[in-house]
Amino acid sequence: MDSDEEYLYDCDSGNESSGDDVGLEFEIEGEGESGSSRYRETTENYPYEVLSTEDITRHMIDCIKEVNSVVNIPVTTTRILLNHFKWDKEKLMERFYDGDQEKLFSEAHVVSPFKTPSKSQRVPVKTSNGMEECEICFLNMPSAMMTGIECGHRFCTNCWTEYLTTKIIDEGMGQTISCAAHSCSILVDDHTVMRLIVDPKVKLKYQHLITKSFVECNRLLRWCPYPDCNYAIKVQYPDVQPVMCKCRNVFCFNCGENWHDPVKCHLLRHWIKKCDDDSETSNWIAANTKECPKCKVTIEKDGGCNHMVCKNQSCKADFCWVCLGPWEPHGSSWYSCNRYDEDEAKQARDAQEKSRAALQRYLFYCNRYMNHMQSLKFEHKLYASVKEKMEEMQQHNMSWIEVQFLKKGCRHPV
Amino acid sequence: MPMFTKLAHKTSTAAKSSGQTAAKTAAAAAAAKGNVTSPAGKHFLDNTRWQKRLQKELMSLLKEPPPGVTVDVDQAHTKLTEWVVHMEGAAGTLYEGEKFQLQFKFSPKYPFDSPEVIFVGENIPIHPHIYSNGHICLSILTEDWSPALSVQAICLSIISMLSSCKEKKRPPDNSYYVKTCSANPKKTKWWYHDDTV
Ligand SMILES: [Zn+2]
Ligand SMILES: [Zn+2]
Ligand SMILES: [Zn+2]
Ligand SMILES: [Zn+2]
Ligand SMILES: [Zn+2]
Ligand SMILES: [Zn+2]
Repeated sequence: MDSDEEYLYDCDSGNESSGDDVGLEFEIEGEGESGSSRYRETTENYPYEVLSTEDITRHMIDCIKEVNSVVNIPVTTTRILLNHFKWDKEKLMERFYDGDQEKLFSEAHVVSPFKTPSKSQRVPVKTSNGMEECEICFLNMPSAMMTGIECGHRFCTNCWTEYLTTKIIDEGMGQTISCAAHSCSILVDDHTVMRLIVDPKVKLKYQHLITKSFVECNRLLRWCPYPDCNYAIKVQYPDVQPVMCKCRNVFCFNCGENWHDPVKCHLLRHWIKKCDDDSETSNWIAANTKECPKCKVTIEKDGGCNHMVCKNQSCKADFCWVCLGPWEPHGSSWYSCNRYDEDEAKQARDAQEKSRAALQRYLFYCNRYMNHMQSLKFEHKLYASVKEKMEEMQQHNMSWIEVQFLKKGCRHPV
Repeated sequence: MPMFTKLAHKTSTAAKSSGQTAAKTAAAAAAAKGNVTSPAGKHFLDNTRWQKRLQKELMSLLKEPPPGVTVDVDQAHTKLTEWVVHMEGAAGTLYEGEKFQLQFKFSPKYPFDSPEVIFVGENIPIHPHIYSNGHICLSILTEDWSPALSVQAICLSIISMLSSCKEKKRPPDNSYYVKTCSANPKKTKWWYHDDTV
């Protein structure tokens, strides 16, 4: 398949015999000088590189090669082990040489390459005429149509293809697809997946999933968070440091948010979450609740008529949900209010407005903060600390919300 | 290979013919980060293949049903993708003499997608893993499903789940779950906290 111009890397599955095959079957065409195109940067002695998707793939292959130059196991196994250790080569080597290897293999859900070939241990379900029954499609197949993996489970090639396709496309799984047999946790290696998948689009998606998980589980790599940017930053050691992508976006390597000195990463994350939650909560309060015109507790109406009786035992006010005026003059017009313009009702609503102003103020700050964050994302600007503002908001308005929201005292009578 | 039918991936051919190199590379790069929703689009199972499998399952459930299990054949024949299975509480268990009904619904992606299985009818077994709306908390129905499992295997699991029960009671979160869950139990994010009951 000539994929040079179509895809980022070739997925030629025909060269299983080639000795230098890294098993990935992701090959990058052209120049051999690996890494030469990488963009090196440094901010105040914090060295890092910006990697394109091609660079990432190349880096992944290099990692596997490096381990394989020391450890003599199949490349497909190396890959699964590396992934198990989140691509920490040192950790893998340490466990490989100092620990119980069989345990290591079983923890990584891979069959030990040192076990004597035992594929034939599991006796295939053979029928009288030398055909095998596939336990997925329940069809009898000649043995040539059946495919087994390391654990010995065999299904027909069509069922394998369909199974893998479902996992990749519908469930977005890459590195972690396990055997199709019930309660078998052995992972299907990338080589087998690439051999069994025919559709180039499914192959491509698989490669992307692999690249994605490579970056996401590797502590020395982080995707640039800028929308639609596909570069990743590679560092020598993870730290709370600003890094600049090729797209000029500057972000914190440690947490991936816009550079936020002097606020600590976890505080920032806390704040973003709180603001998200709060603005949702507050919007909901604004849209769905009112306060009792007499005792001011927040009330929520869940259907029913307009006649409300405050459940606060020391209040028990009778009022109308629509105009907030006292109920009495409404008489028996349970569902439509005809007193909206009466003075009493107007006064009640004025009072309500004042109390709502506090909520509005809070919402305003909250939204402003969110918009601020949003615009920063698009303008690539470093932003000044918003810490004091946040704290100020918290002191003044949070308590208001918290106190009010918990007191759902009023309900209309049944 | 007379019974063998080739799989058809309906979306793959259409995509090949358009040769916008730059756009594709960009899409490929975007997909690497997961920005593209589904590069291969929907894929379909070969209809006749899964219908054959369902038919075979139906036959074997008729011929050698697990103890106390009978499948409503007429119902299954009218609609192959929706079965009703009658189940009797096994002798010597807490459910002895009780009769239950299980409903199976198969999606077009069966057996790669697990069937939707719930208890229906008058009598929903009172069990710590069965909700009063018929939903069953059983891992092989979602996370631990394998296409090599079958209706037969599910029936056997449910029978053993019932038979090993020591105290008839509803799950602790029954009233909350029943009020808030989706009609389809497969939409529930189950957490299988104890497999001992
Ligand atoms: Zn098959
Ligand atoms: Zn297996
Ligand atoms: Zn970027
Ligand atoms: Zn940070
Ligand atoms: Zn009140
Ligand atoms: Zn009124």
